[in-house]
Amino acid sequence: MKGFHTMLVAVAVVGGGALWYATQRKPAPASTRTPERGAPPSVAAADGFRGFTVGSDSAAVEVVEYSDFECPFCASFATVQMPVIHEQLIAKGKVRWRYRDFPLPTHAYSRYAALAAHCAGEQGKFWEMHDQLFFRHDWAQTGKNPRSLFRDFAKGIGLDLDRYDACMDSQRYAGRIQASVEEGDRLGVNGTPTFFVNGRRFGGHPTSDAFTALVDSLTRQRKSKP
Amino acid sequence: MRRRQAIVLLALVGLLLALYLSLYKLGLIGTLQCGTGSCEYVQTSRYAEVLGMPVAFYGVVGYAVLFVVGLAGVQPRLVTDRRVTVLLAALSSLGLAFTLYLTYIELFVLHAVCRWCVVSAVIIAAIWALSMWGVRRTD
Repeated sequence: MKGFHTMLVAVAVVGGGALWYATQRKPAPASTRTPERGAPPSVAAADGFRGFTVGSDSAAVEVVEYSDFECPFCASFATVQMPVIHEQLIAKGKVRWRYRDFPLPTHAYSRYAALAAHCAGEQGKFWEMHDQLFFRHDWAQTGKNPRSLFRDFAKGIGLDLDRYDACMDSQRYAGRIQASVEEGDRLGVNGTPTFFVNGRRFGGHPTSDAFTALVDSLTRQRKSKP
Repeated sequence: MRRRQAIVLLALVGLLLALYLSLYKLGLIGTLQCGTGSCEYVQTSRYAEVLGMPVAFYGVVGYAVLFVVGLAGVQPRLVTDRRVTVLLAALSSLGLAFTLYLTYIELFVLHAVCRWCVVSAVIIAAIWALSMWGVRRTD
C-alpha cells in the first residue's frame, strides 16, 4: 500500500511538473524559426496546384510570396505594404502576385488557417479569406482555438458554410499545403514572409517602395531588350 | 486491490494527459508536442467540441471521477465493496464508448489521428478491461 502511494505521488509530481514546463515554454520569434518537418497531412495528395494568384497573366513580373497566416511579420506586410503594392503594381498590370503557403510548424494554427483560406479559395474567395486572416489578426495573438472565428470569417465573406465545413473537416487541401511547404524547403525558404521576384530571391526589406523600384527596373530591362 | 490500484494510477495518467490537451485548448500551451500525428488538425476540427465544450474537458472530468472512485475503492473500508467495482465498470464503459466514438471520427471522418488521443484510448481501454475483470470475479 505504501509503495502504491509513493508511485501515485511520483506520477503526480512528474506529470504536474511536465505540465508546468509545457505552459512555460514560449515559441521562438517567428523570424528566427527554422522549419522542421512537421506533422504531414494524412489525406489529399498534392495536385500540382501552384498557389493563388492576383494580377494580370501577362504581367512582366511575377512575385511569389511564401507566407504563414499566423506570422506577425506576414500580417504586417499584408496589411501595411500589400494594399499599396496592389494599387501601384498589381492593379496597373505590372505584377502578378502568387501566394504560397509556408506554415511554420511552431505555429499552432498556421496550417488550419491555410486550410481555411484554401477552402475559401474553393468557392472563389481565397483573397477575401486571406484579408480576413491577416487584417483581423488578433486570433494569432490569443493562442485560442480559432475554429469558430474562422467560420465567422467564412460567413462574413459569403461562403456556403456547409461546403466550407465539409472542406475543413476533410482537410481537402492539406496535400497542397504540404506540397507548398516542401517546395519552399527546396528553395531554401527559412522564414516568413519570403519573396521571389521572377524566380530570384528578394533579399531586401520588403516594402512597397522596394518592390516598386525593383519591378520598374525589371520592366525597363525587359523593354530595352530587342 | 491490485486492480483498483492499477486503475487509480492509469486514471491519474489519463487525467494529466487530458489536462495537457485542455491547457492547449485554453491557449496556455502554444504547440502540442505531437511528433508525427495530426494533433493540430484533430484538435481544431469541429469534432473537438461536444455540446460547446472541448472534448479534453470531458476527459478531465471523466478521469478525475475514475481517479476519485478508484482511490476511495482502495481504502480498507471499501476495498471489498462490490458497489465500487460496479461503479468503476459503469464509468469506464461510458468512457470507452465515448472514446470509441472519437476514434471513429478520427479514422473515418477526419482521416487524421491525434497521438495523444490514441494514448488516452489505450488508457481508458485498459481501465475498462481491469474494471470488467473485477466485475467478473466473484471471490
